[in-house]
Amino acid sequence: MDDIEVTPSSTGRPAEIMRSGHNACPGCAQAIAMRLILRTLGGRTIVVVVPACAAIIAGQFPRTSLNVPVFLAAFETAGASAAGISNALKYKGQDDIIVLALAGDGGTFDIGLQSLSGAADRNEDFIYVCMDNEAYMNTGIQVSSATPRYTWTGTTPTGNPRRKKQIMEIMAAHRIPYAATASIGFPEDLMRKVKRAKEMRGTRFIHLLSPCPTGWKMAEDLTAKIGTLAVETNIFPLYEIEDGLFYRINHYSRGLPVDDYLSLQGRYDHLTQKEIHDIQAETDRTWKDLQAKADRGKY
Amino acid sequence: MRGCMPARRFSHECRNMKKFITGNDAVAEGVRLCRTQIVAAYPITPQTPIYEKLSDWDACGELGGRMMRMESEHSAMAACLAASLTATRTFTATSSQGLALMHEMLHFASGCRAPVVMACVNRSLAIPWGFWSDQTDTLAQRDTGWIQIYSENNQEILDSVIQAYRIAESVLLPCMVILEASFISHFMEPVEIPEQDLVDKFLPPANLPLRFDVERPAFIAPVVNQTEYRDYRRLSQEAMELSLNVIDGIDHEFDGIFDRKYGLIETVDTEDAELVIVTSGSITSTARVAQVRIREKGFKIGLLKIRVFRPFPSEILREALKHVGKIAVIDRNISLGSEGIFCSELKAALCDGPAGSKIQGYLAGIGGTNVSPELIERIAFDAFNREHPTVRSIWMT
Repeated sequence: MDDIEVTPSSTGRPAEIMRSGHNACPGCAQAIAMRLILRTLGGRTIVVVVPACAAIIAGQFPRTSLNVPVFLAAFETAGASAAGISNALKYKGQDDIIVLALAGDGGTFDIGLQSLSGAADRNEDFIYVCMDNEAYMNTGIQVSSATPRYTWTGTTPTGNPRRKKQIMEIMAAHRIPYAATASIGFPEDLMRKVKRAKEMRGTRFIHLLSPCPTGWKMAEDLTAKIGTLAVETNIFPLYEIEDGLFYRINHYSRGLPVDDYLSLQGRYDHLTQKEIHDIQAETDRTWKDLQAKADRGKY
Repeated sequence: MRGCMPARRFSHECRNMKKFITGNDAVAEGVRLCRTQIVAAYPITPQTPIYEKLSDWDACGELGGRMMRMESEHSAMAACLAASLTATRTFTATSSQGLALMHEMLHFASGCRAPVVMACVNRSLAIPWGFWSDQTDTLAQRDTGWIQIYSENNQEILDSVIQAYRIAESVLLPCMVILEASFISHFMEPVEIPEQDLVDKFLPPANLPLRFDVERPAFIAPVVNQTEYRDYRRLSQEAMELSLNVIDGIDHEFDGIFDRKYGLIETVDTEDAELVIVTSGSITSTARVAQVRIREKGFKIGLLKIRVFRPFPSEILREALKHVGKIAVIDRNISLGSEGIFCSELKAALCDGPAGSKIQGYLAGIGGTNVSPELIERIAFDAFNREHPTVRSIWMT
C-alpha cells in the first residue's frame, strides 16, 4: 500500500481540517471518514454537503467542525452545486482548489442521482464521496435504494423487499475517470484512494460504506470491526474502476460467511435462515462477477 | 408623462446599432454585454433560443464566460447559485415547467443573497399543456425573495437584463426579468444594441462577495435556530424594501447613459383620469393604443403600467392613484380560487388609501389568447359604467 502523505503540523502530527468536537453520534463511521478524507485533501478544499449526516457533523450555526469553506446545498444538488463551484473556480483560474461533495446514500442513490448523473456526464471536476449508511439515517432510519435486501428500517419494518442499487455500476456507465469503493475498516486504503482522486481531474467518485451504530442497531465500539467484516465477507468489496471499464480489486477477502457480518447488527435480527442463505448466494454471485471484471485487466 | 420612449440625444444615436431581433435574442444580447461569467441552462420552449444564442457565441469564443449545459432547470439554478457564491456573475433562463421545477432553488438563491440573474419567458403552466403567454408561472414565484421586473417589449427586456445585474449586485438579491411567450420572446422588433463601452461604464466588472474563501473559511447556509431564522428573513425583507430606491436610482443612471428609462411604474395621462387601466407586460402596448382612442372619444382615462412587481411599489402606486375613482386591472394570470394577481396586490396596496378607489379586476389574455385594443376598450367602458366592483375578476373573452 502506498505511503500516505499528509501535511504535517508543527507538532509533527497530521494537520487536521476537521476539528475535535462535532455533532456525530458516538461510533459514527462518517465522522472518522470525513476526518481522514479532509486530512488527505488539505486546506485548499471547498466542501459541498447536502442534507445528510455529513451536514449535521459539520455543525450548526455558529459552530462548525470543518476548517475549510462549507456550503450546505439543497438535498438533490450535490453534483450540480459542486459543478457550479468548480466552473466558477475554473473561470477565475483557481484550478488548484479542490471541490469535494459529501452526500449520503439518499442524496446519491435516490434524490441526488439526476444531478450527479448530469455532472458525471459532463465530467465536472470534483471529488464526490457518497457516505453510504444504507438508509435515511438523518431523518431517523427510513429505507433508501441503498438499503440491502431484508434490512429492517423504520419504513420496512418487516425487512426491505428490494435489493441494493448498484451505484458503482451506474457511475461506471458514465465512464468517469475514477470510481472506487472504500470502507472505514480500511482507513489506509480510503486515504490512498482519496489521494489518488486528488491527483486526477474530472468526476471522481468514492463509494464509502459507513457503518451506523444508530441505524444498524449495533454497538458503538464495533464500527471499525463491522466495516472490516463487510469487506472480509465480500458484502462490500474494495475495488477501483478507471474510465468506467478497468476494474481492480484492492483487497482479496478471507471469504468469511455473511452471517459473521449480519449477526452483529440488530437491523438483521429478524432474518430467517433462508434469507441469510439468499444474502450469501447473492454476495457470492456479485463477488464472482466483480472478479470476472477485474480479470479482464486493462485492454 | 406620455408612455413612449423619450427623444434621443444625437450623440448616442450615431454610436448605438439597431438590430431587428426577437425578445429572446435581446435577452441574449444583454447577457453577453454584461460579460456574464457563468451561464447554466436547460432547454424549454419558448426560452430555448436564448440558450442557443448564448451557445453559438460560446462556440465561436464570443461569450467570454463558461457555459454549463445542465440536465435540468433545478440543477441549472443550483449551479448558478453555487457559482454566484464563488463570486462569479451568473445567468440562466427558463419558462413555466422549468421555473416550477426550480422553485426550491429560488428560495436558496435569495436566502443566500446571491445576485443571480434569470430571464423567465412567461408560458402557460400544464395542465392543460400549452406554449402560450401567461404570467401565472412567474407570479407563482412571488414569495421566493426574487426581484421581479416585467417587460413590455424587446428593447425593454434587453435594457432590463443590463439593469438587473446592477440591481442584483447592489442589493445582493437575485433578479428575474420577465418577457412573455411569443409576443416578446419570438416577435421581432428594432432594438438598439448598446455599445459595449457604455455597458461597461454602467455595469462595472463583477465584484461579488467571495463566500468560499480557503484563506478565511466559513460555513455557508448552515442550520440556524428560530430567532436567527427570523432575523435573516427580516434582513432579506429590508433588502427588498431598500431595493425600491436602488432600482429607481439605477434606472435614472441608465437613462443618463442610454437615454431610456422605465421606472418602477409608468403612468400615462393619469393626472385628470376618472378611470385608470392597470397593465403589465406586452398588454401595456395594446392598452396604449386603446387609451388614446378612448381619450379621443372624450373620456378621461389614464394608463398605469406596473413594471416592478417584487418588491411591490405600494407607496408609489398609492401616490400615483390617490385621486383616481375607478381602477381597472387587467391580468394575464389567475390565482385560482382568488382573482388576478396584479389586482389582488393592487387592492392590498390601496385598501386603506385616501381615494377609496373602486378596483375592478379583468382576466384577459390568459393562455396566450389575444388582447386587442377593442377588448381593452370593452374593459374600459365596463369599468366606467360599473357602480360596484365584483368580488372576483371578470373573465373577458
